[in-house]
Amino acid sequence: MAAVSNLRNMVLCLFGVCLVCSAILGATYVVTEEPIAQASARALSDALGEVLPQDCTPCTTAEPIVLDGTSYECYTARDAGGNVAAYAVKTVSGGFGGPIELLVGVYPDGRVCGTKVLSHSETPGLGAKCATDEGFINQFKGFEGRFAVRKDGGDIDAITASTITSKAYVKGVEAAVKAVKSLGGQGNE
Amino acid sequence: MSKLSLIARGLVRENPTFVLVLGMCPTLATTTSAMNGLEMGLATMFVLILSNMVISLVSPVVPDKVHIPVYIVIIATFVTVLQLLMQAYVPDVYRTLGLFIPLIVVNCIVLGRAEAFASRNGVLDSALDGIGIGAGFTLSLTVIGLVREILGSGAAFGFKLFPGDGILAFVMAPGAFLVLGYLMAIFRKFIKK
Amino acid sequence: MEYFLIIVSAIFVNNILLAQFLGICPFLGVSSRLSTATGMSGAVCFVITLATVVTYLLNRYVLMPFGLEFLQTIAFILVIAALVQMVEIVLKKVSPSLYKALGIFLPLITTNCAVLGVAITVVSKEFSFGDAPAHLMGLAESTVYAFATSVGYGLAMILFAGIREHLELNNVPKAFRGLPIALITVSIMAMAFLGFSGIV
Repeated sequence: MAAVSNLRNMVLCLFGVCLVCSAILGATYVVTEEPIAQASARALSDALGEVLPQDCTPCTTAEPIVLDGTSYECYTARDAGGNVAAYAVKTVSGGFGGPIELLVGVYPDGRVCGTKVLSHSETPGLGAKCATDEGFINQFKGFEGRFAVRKDGGDIDAITASTITSKAYVKGVEAAVKAVKSLGGQGNE
Repeated sequence: MSKLSLIARGLVRENPTFVLVLGMCPTLATTTSAMNGLEMGLATMFVLILSNMVISLVSPVVPDKVHIPVYIVIIATFVTVLQLLMQAYVPDVYRTLGLFIPLIVVNCIVLGRAEAFASRNGVLDSALDGIGIGAGFTLSLTVIGLVREILGSGAAFGFKLFPGDGILAFVMAPGAFLVLGYLMAIFRKFIKK
Repeated sequence: MEYFLIIVSAIFVNNILLAQFLGICPFLGVSSRLSTATGMSGAVCFVITLATVVTYLLNRYVLMPFGLEFLQTIAFILVIAALVQMVEIVLKKVSPSLYKALGIFLPLITTNCAVLGVAITVVSKEFSFGDAPAHLMGLAESTVYAFATSVGYGLAMILFAGIREHLELNNVPKAFRGLPIALITVSIMAMAFLGFSGIV
């Protein structure tokens, strides 16, 4: 089938194939760059709308909050008067099947406004409910209390048979609240 | 061999999952529901058809000693193209299948077909072979996904069939191996005599 | 981050074969005899650790500074393929005895998705340990993770080969002979490993 191998045609062939492939990849990258950016921007603005209060405009660029050596992305939302209405903080915590990435809306006083799972790899039918189970997600709205599941003496009802996921979720929300509280303490805003 | 039988062959006689037993990793990992299985199958089919076609075109001029690296570069290129396209137009699907999209590169089905078929046949036949094997893979993944979804979450393609949670073990790792094992035995007993 | 946690989690809780489904093909292929399973485990261990270190550095110091992360897949697979070849050549010259033990398994490893899987996992944003996303992991943590993962691979493989050798002596229904019964056995092993999930 193939031609005889010698150094010259091997090098030429590999070089040629790599050149063509890089060209194809570069072209695809340029073509898809815009839609990819749009897709992720849309996902972000949808998520921000869900976790923040209705009557405010979130800013779409994140500022970092650094707390205990971890950096959190924080989106500030202001009401019509330009006052800070709430913050949306992105947190990551280790669940059962991998990381759970959360976007948590927090009022400046530290109450939780809303939560949304951005990505997770929990078991379908078990931990994956953390993204859809309304009973579980709604208990965070306006929550201020002990950040732990009831089994550990806290105020959160865990998802049935998914304690590890629930704990990770609670931990993520708590981290966001702490980050926002640290902002207030420093008087940045 | 007729063109039609080239396609049909991949579905039963050379079914990549139940007969050739290739590409087991995505088969087990992504079939938590029928829809996921279907999507993974289609993604693999996309790469399989394109890489088969290109490899059948270039193989006559590729020196023998470097043919494997050349094939791998071609396959990896199409996988990356697929990654970019999926991120752009179906970001949710891309997120669900996650790691297993880049891992199509090392799916033995793709390199296996390149070596065994595409490098020795014409463009059209190679494309048809890609369609056949790809369809066989998609079909198997969908069936495995369907069985696991029905038993594990009481639903089919996302529609609830009966109330309750189903047997959760089927959605988790042990269920994947168990369902594949039983389906393979059933396939051998009744379909492939 | 605690190394101990990484090790326990990679070997038992998120066992690469039984929970993450990576590297199944060679697992089913070479696990019919204990001696080949041991050889393969050794080779995989070696290559995964080495490949992870190299791809980590490549990603950190070449791809990331130039914003070329989308080339990860293609760059990693080429590096791994080249690395496997190099390991083979070096091993042949330096330690013929080790080459004799691992040599025949090395070419198979290029298409072992466990190697590429671990390499991508270590640099991906969608994966984390404890509370930190994986792409923030340092080189030391990544190396420990890669090594522990491959030990987990070896453990599952060798245990399974032991079971499979006994399985061959039993009278199994015809349709189940070979792979189907092997898969069902793996399923039971995976159930056993699920029991570890509570400890981390």
